[in-house]
Amino acid sequence: MATHSERVWHGGHAPSAVAEEPRGLWSWLTTVDHKRIGQMYMGAGLFFFLLAGIEAFLIRLQLARPDNHVVSAALFNQLFTMHGVTMVFLAGMPLLIGFINLVVPIQIGARDVAFPRLNALSLWLFIGGGLMLYTSWFFGGAPDAGWFNYVPISGIQYSPGPGVDFYDIGLQISGIGTLMTGINFLTTIINLRAPGMSWLRLPMFVWATFVTSLLIVFAFPPLTVDLFLQTFDRLFGAHFFSVAAGGSPLLWANLFWVFGHPEVYILIMPAFGIISEVVPVMSRRPLFGYTTMVLSVMAIGFLSFMVWVHHMFDLGYGPWVNSIFALSSMLIAVPTGVKIFNWLTTMWGGQVRMNTAMHWVMGFLITFVIGGMSGVMLALAPADLQFNNSYFVVAHFHYVLIGGTLFAIFAGMYYWFPKYTGRFLNETLGKWQFWLVFIGFNVTFFPMHFLGLMGMPRRIYTYAPHLGLTFWNSVSTDGVFILSAGMVIGAINVLWSYGHGQLASADPWDGRTLEWAIPSPPPAYNFAYIPQVRGLDAWWVEKRYGNGRMLPAPEAHHGPPGTIHMPTSTPMPLFLALSIVIAGYGLILHSLILAIIGFAFVAIGIHRSMFTVDPGMYVRPHEVEEVRADG
Amino acid sequence: MAAALSGCGLVSAPQSMLNPAGPVARDQLNLIYSSMWVMVLVFVVVAGALLVILLRFRWKGQKELPPQWEGSTRLELLWTIVPFILLALLAVGTVRDSFVLAAPSGKNVLRVNVVGHQYWWAFSYPGTNIVTANELHIPVGQKVELVLTSADVIHAFWVPRLGGKTALVPGRTNIMWIEASQPGLYRGQCAEFCGTGHADMRLLVDAQTPAKFAQWEQEMEHPVVQPTTALAKEGEQLFATESCSSCHTIGGTRYAGVVGPNLTNLAQRPMIAGNLLPNTPQNLAAWLKDPQAVKPGALMPNLHLSPDKIKALVAFLESLKTPAPTGSV
Repeated sequence: MATHSERVWHGGHAPSAVAEEPRGLWSWLTTVDHKRIGQMYMGAGLFFFLLAGIEAFLIRLQLARPDNHVVSAALFNQLFTMHGVTMVFLAGMPLLIGFINLVVPIQIGARDVAFPRLNALSLWLFIGGGLMLYTSWFFGGAPDAGWFNYVPISGIQYSPGPGVDFYDIGLQISGIGTLMTGINFLTTIINLRAPGMSWLRLPMFVWATFVTSLLIVFAFPPLTVDLFLQTFDRLFGAHFFSVAAGGSPLLWANLFWVFGHPEVYILIMPAFGIISEVVPVMSRRPLFGYTTMVLSVMAIGFLSFMVWVHHMFDLGYGPWVNSIFALSSMLIAVPTGVKIFNWLTTMWGGQVRMNTAMHWVMGFLITFVIGGMSGVMLALAPADLQFNNSYFVVAHFHYVLIGGTLFAIFAGMYYWFPKYTGRFLNETLGKWQFWLVFIGFNVTFFPMHFLGLMGMPRRIYTYAPHLGLTFWNSVSTDGVFILSAGMVIGAINVLWSYGHGQLASADPWDGRTLEWAIPSPPPAYNFAYIPQVRGLDAWWVEKRYGNGRMLPAPEAHHGPPGTIHMPTSTPMPLFLALSIVIAGYGLILHSLILAIIGFAFVAIGIHRSMFTVDPGMYVRPHEVEEVRADG
Repeated sequence: MAAALSGCGLVSAPQSMLNPAGPVARDQLNLIYSSMWVMVLVFVVVAGALLVILLRFRWKGQKELPPQWEGSTRLELLWTIVPFILLALLAVGTVRDSFVLAAPSGKNVLRVNVVGHQYWWAFSYPGTNIVTANELHIPVGQKVELVLTSADVIHAFWVPRLGGKTALVPGRTNIMWIEASQPGLYRGQCAEFCGTGHADMRLLVDAQTPAKFAQWEQEMEHPVVQPTTALAKEGEQLFATESCSSCHTIGGTRYAGVVGPNLTNLAQRPMIAGNLLPNTPQNLAAWLKDPQAVKPGALMPNLHLSPDKIKALVAFLESLKTPAPTGSV
């Protein structure tokens, strides 16, 4: 912040002193405020989650009975591909990145992220790439080669339509956004921590974000490369993956899983972070074994790059490779187990408040343990030759990604909603949502373990009546109705509570971290003054051992007295993202004109962004808005 | 464990990996059960702890904070080391089985080449001229080495009761082995998504006694094609004039197309269309009339054959049966 304002002071526009937050659609399209960006990530993530849910619903209807004809084989393949791609890239990650945006800068005592404009660009690239991917339905069909899009099935010879091009370029665009998010949050956490916020005082959610960002920075480039290679193969006749010309289909598979395995930890790590925030607060005691928890997160992050072949045990790499990757995969269970037992010990002997957030935590622990256990079973390479590509795997990753990631996301929603909207989510509706989702989820997905053991492969649009698969498939489809009812109640709760929920104070849960030390909802500048951090659980320390308010840290002031320097809003990120999307359409639709226009706009946008200095603006805090602890 | 799963109807399912019919699947199932026990143990510990927490450690409005316990090296070491030991135990079987299952040991191994196609399987027996489709014949009690590759996209060979799957990758040769302990028909299907017809890419392993297998080999080596009725003879002509023969081979005739499945002794196979339908005249007729209606994505073209021609072709195909030599078992 300080380096920014120095440049401003000597030139540029005279900064304006604005205290009011701008309203209206344009202010959202041009915002660089991490809280608004976070909310848009959540909103867009939930929108894509709804679409993926509709796809899942159709998939389950088709599989409710053998030899069913709700959808055709071709449409079924598009549905499961889009369901997977959407859940991983357009719902799971954005919802977590939403929380990261909302929470991390405040938890480290910062007023925004290190690169606010880049942050807005990340958001618009994700939304642009995601919407673009969905327009594939109107241009001859969605991608239909599965979410890991193996070649040659996804090659131009076997998938001649534009669907896979939408996959390649849509994910490339949203992936660039994700990569920028990783860089942004690494920089933010390294550089913008408030005075006193040393590494071993970082809240667990920040640690989770730090490791997640590292994973993004190292895992996304292989995906970027993979997508580029395929784009060249499909659009310009290259032969990276074509066997006849000496290319290798296994090159795609390896690059994909070198990305793909860390990716699933990108999806679970922030969820661990959320659980680590909610459990201590709701148990009224510190997180058990903080240092071990930090080490576990690092160990899991490191190991996640060492295990990718366990997705390909059946591709024929031989007993040596399979044994080594089986052992490394099993090893991940150790740090993960440590985390689970440390959460349990935090609650054991504590005073657990069983509100809705905590219901989700309990649901998370039960289902995530089941998913983790089936994960260990899958790691045993010889056993995996049976499990791989069966419904047992489908059961496993839904236990981890819904029972793990999604339940944690819901825990986080009930926990942080009052902070960012100033209103509670309704607890009664919340508990209804929890029980319906929890029961519906288990009824839907537990039978899939059975189906896998009975020899049902994944990605089949139908199955024969004599295989004995009918009963558990119909049970599974029944579960979807219960699950969906829960989701509808959840949606009603969010929409209703946004405007009508019970008003929340600044610190409604007796929280431990810095976000509870500022008003609900927080002002644009987060902190009227930068807080001095004096221990782990910075806010808790001041409430119990200080005088119940954060002490101000020494801060370099540049602007008019009593003002705070903040970045200005700008339409440039939106413009740049739109330009890239236009260029993408140019490539997919083989329209040279469109591609040239798009890339020209990209060049203009980058030029403008590079050579225009943001003068920033000075905002005056409404008054000395400070939060005092009640007790 | 096995009893509980059996109660849920899991073991009796025709493709169930819980009902192994050979040493490979049996080894894999033993590993699955031993890991399942460990996992159930861990789950019981965690669920039990959660239950105690829910019953004993609820907030009941106390003002006093609970003891602020920040960690315990001893406990944390405990739940680092115990899982490590449990995993180490599982690791032994994992590594051993990885090597045991990698390639068949011993001399008496039957080798079969398997080629995956969208959406059917080609099996050929090196050293003979036997080529067949979708139905793998093996002798009971003998190790069978499958040499796997693909003609187009990645497929995976999976017959759960005989063993786990291995992928068929274009441009690459993979090895797996199976062995059936008892005679029987074992169902399987493609286990790597391979396109529109993936769900319908099914296969059948017919494990026979060595004597019966030898007889089958004999019939396949020396197929006899003798259409007797006029209709079937007409069908034999149509097989060439309607261009069936440009894709299909029939042993014992001059038809030698290699694009589609080999149809030698077709009438002796229990199933047609990638093991999708029972081999009946009605089903054959439906298949010839409109392959895509029977099996979406099938690459066999719809030749728009007239009903009369279909009738003749069906009669011919139904005659593709080599009579068993008299006096054999």
